[in-house]
Amino acid sequence: MSDKTDITLIINGQSYAIRVESRRTLADAIREDCGQTGTHIGCEHGVCGACTVLVNGEPVRSCLMFAQQADGKQIRTVEGLADGDEMHPMQRAFMENHGLQCGFCTPGFLMLAVGVLEREPDISDHDLVDVLSSNLCRCTGYQNIIKAVRAAAVEMRQS
Amino acid sequence: MTVHTKGSGTTWVGRSIRRLEDPALVTGRGRFTADMPATHWVRFVRSGVAAGTIKNITAPEGASIVTAKDLAKLKPIRPMLSKFNYVAVGQPILADGVVRFTGESIAAVYAPSKDQAEDIADQIEVEISEGAPLIDAMDALAGDAPLVHADTKHNVIVEGRIATPGFEDVWKTAHKVLHVEARSHRQNATPMEARAGHAAYDGSTGRVTLTCTTQMPHLTRTAVCDILGIPESDLRVVAPDVGGGFGQKMSLAPEYVLLVWLARKLRSSVAWTEDRRENLIASFHSRDQHVQLEGAFDKSGKLLALRGDIVANIGAYSCFPTTCGVEPLMALAELPGPYDVRAYDCRSRGVMTNTCPMAPYRGVSRPVITFVLERLMDKAAAAFGIEPTELRRRNLIDKFPYTSATGLVFDDGSYKETMEMAIKAIDLDAFRKRQKTARDAGRYLGIGFATFSERTGYGSPAFAARGMEITPGFETVYLTIDPSGFVEARIGSSPHGQGLRTSLAQIIADEIGIDPEFIKVVHGDTDRSPYGWGTFASRSLVLSGGASLLAAQKIRAKLLKMASHFLEAAPEDITLQSGSAHVIGTDRSVTIASMARAAYHQTHIFKGEIEPGLTETGTYDPSGTFSNACHVAIVEVDIETGRVEMEKFLVAEDAGLIINPMIADGQVHGGVAQGIGNALLEEIIYDETGNILTSTLADFLPPTTREIPEIELHHVETLTGNSITKAKGLGEGGAIGAPAAVISAINDALSPFGISIDEMPATPQRIRAALRSSGKLPSNGKTA
Repeated sequence: MSDKTDITLIINGQSYAIRVESRRTLADAIREDCGQTGTHIGCEHGVCGACTVLVNGEPVRSCLMFAQQADGKQIRTVEGLADGDEMHPMQRAFMENHGLQCGFCTPGFLMLAVGVLEREPDISDHDLVDVLSSNLCRCTGYQNIIKAVRAAAVEMRQS
Repeated sequence: MTVHTKGSGTTWVGRSIRRLEDPALVTGRGRFTADMPATHWVRFVRSGVAAGTIKNITAPEGASIVTAKDLAKLKPIRPMLSKFNYVAVGQPILADGVVRFTGESIAAVYAPSKDQAEDIADQIEVEISEGAPLIDAMDALAGDAPLVHADTKHNVIVEGRIATPGFEDVWKTAHKVLHVEARSHRQNATPMEARAGHAAYDGSTGRVTLTCTTQMPHLTRTAVCDILGIPESDLRVVAPDVGGGFGQKMSLAPEYVLLVWLARKLRSSVAWTEDRRENLIASFHSRDQHVQLEGAFDKSGKLLALRGDIVANIGAYSCFPTTCGVEPLMALAELPGPYDVRAYDCRSRGVMTNTCPMAPYRGVSRPVITFVLERLMDKAAAAFGIEPTELRRRNLIDKFPYTSATGLVFDDGSYKETMEMAIKAIDLDAFRKRQKTARDAGRYLGIGFATFSERTGYGSPAFAARGMEITPGFETVYLTIDPSGFVEARIGSSPHGQGLRTSLAQIIADEIGIDPEFIKVVHGDTDRSPYGWGTFASRSLVLSGGASLLAAQKIRAKLLKMASHFLEAAPEDITLQSGSAHVIGTDRSVTIASMARAAYHQTHIFKGEIEPGLTETGTYDPSGTFSNACHVAIVEVDIETGRVEMEKFLVAEDAGLIINPMIADGQVHGGVAQGIGNALLEEIIYDETGNILTSTLADFLPPTTREIPEIELHHVETLTGNSITKAKGLGEGGAIGAPAAVISAINDALSPFGISIDEMPATPQRIRAALRSSGKLPSNGKTA
């Protein structure tokens, strides 16, 4: 278990040269080896989606991917959504529509929604609700998450 | 039905302003316990069996391990009740010779990383001589049942009874008697952030800072220090951003005690992050109850008397601080719900078993008793041949204050009004027509109503009545305008998603004339906050809101007095608004910031007539207030598969004055979603050996966007005299009413089959079993 490999994670455009065991999950590497703690771990079983990040543009449950599998790939996390002080439309929409309460699942929902809308901007409302069923939230009852993502989708299509 | 104005016509209270909490949380800057680095990481070695005696613990050479023998000087967790035949039982921090549930901590290992600690923990061999476990409370009640704790006489360690005088005489006059035998299966609150703790020793002061996922920082400090025998000044407890709690993070985690002990021993930092499996098997459970309920009705459908028997499975230990009496005793006191019934006879028992300890979960017993009572009301409505809402109309309380058969005093509410509002909004008549058409086509739609009360914001006397040694109640707020002119409110409540920083800032803003963005609400740090009780039981807005208002009123009075010096006007001619004091009808004003500066730096201005500084304290300890609501669920049941599709959910609720409508709605949405999950999906299942079969989120199923329908909300605002802000609590109501409404709707859908689903969750398996037992299932799936 102690054999370690040198890899490079490119998180939000910044390179992190790290040494990881082959069993190291991407989630743990992002949080502990690269210090980006905005990505949260809710179950480590690939069910709750709190740890969702974008790897080469695709939403991925970072607890189910090994860090080595992401070697050299472009990773986006919640810390990289805003452009300086300018928040991403999805972040603004979550605040305006009360799409979060405790905020623990929020980074996963933001990355899931951004990933899906960047890939499929004209996704139907019905399909959007289906996609959002990938992640769990225990506070909001989803009403305002759905509202927020729909609002952001409109804005993202316009921009 | 009131609009809040406070004279000026524009107030912060009543507006859906954006939450002050959100910018950090949407950008990944929130700080949760598991984000902190530590020198040592702890992994707990947990029992794989439900009952037995530890024979031997073998660790690999060089492993750093802690077992019970290292903790001999620590006191067990042993909360007290002085009433209800309570027998105190102790929970050791690590199992001391005996294991009493699957998942109980037997040892703790520590290593420089989480992974290493897990590797070592996997190599620890624990030899246990297995005993026969008690899993079901009914088995634990048997006279010859083994004892979960050898030092008790039987497994019932808390038992209450309320019987009104002359009960049998009333019972004899009944025209109809209806009966419900209900079962609520075990559930887990499942906050998305599991528990975590981080204890850091400071060499220069000898203090430890425990950062942890608690809803009650001060009580955590008291409990840990009592167990370790150290002064409270040696421990600081911090609840940083906490990822939901729903009651599960209210009770003391023995793991936190171990962390503080170990940080002191190692003079270093130690941390533990609970994984989801640990959370599901070894954090706290709830709602595991058997309830028998009978109701006696007169000819007109008026409820005359209620007779109940409640058995709550409280698991292997008694949680701190509420004790394991929290479920059975709340059920006992609140079973009659919002109905006018004068005769009541109920027994309620808490029974120990070899299962994970029970602790509060959003609504505590009320989701269960509301479901059972509403089943009774629905059955009675069917027996009288009237709409369920008509039977409720004949029984809901409507004169206030109303003193219940159990002695609870209900303040002004709108039980009937909210129900009528809900009936109209859902258009019951139209639904009945649609239901009939659907049935003719072989589709089974159903509607369910739940009317209920939500006791909120109760102060210390309510807990004293339960016989608790610790009576949470009052809240204190320290409100300061510092020389910078910014405002800081330090509170004893400990919100973890409720948006309380924003709501309290709105209350304070109206009083002192400073906008909410300049008001920082500080919580969750025992070094900075006044001693308080944390956030639970729909209490924080009422209690900390009340204390905030009291403190703000004092600051306001002082500001007006100071302004009268600056502006040479009488205080009653001055208003505070948008950061300044204005003389009404003139253009003369002075900024509050400059007055704040003067309060510290130019006190000579006030000629000794005003005390220096600008800090005031508010403390509030009210008697409590009842919110109320009517929930309506519309479902379709697929009789071939037993699947329930939620079509619509509607809430008409009354939580008094709404401070921030956006936040209030969010609380209701979240509660309803949990209630729907509780009603349909969520169940902790033990096998007969006491092993848990639902230890992942793929087995224990919180609902997703797919299971939660549109939730339509309607509000009534009854301004109560029992809360000085006029706000009532509403954190739990969603979860209290939803299970009853959903199960009622399922039963309504299946009424052609003559069956009754009196179990929650109403899973497809249970629905199919009931349908099969009806003998009315034709081979094509449609009723004959």
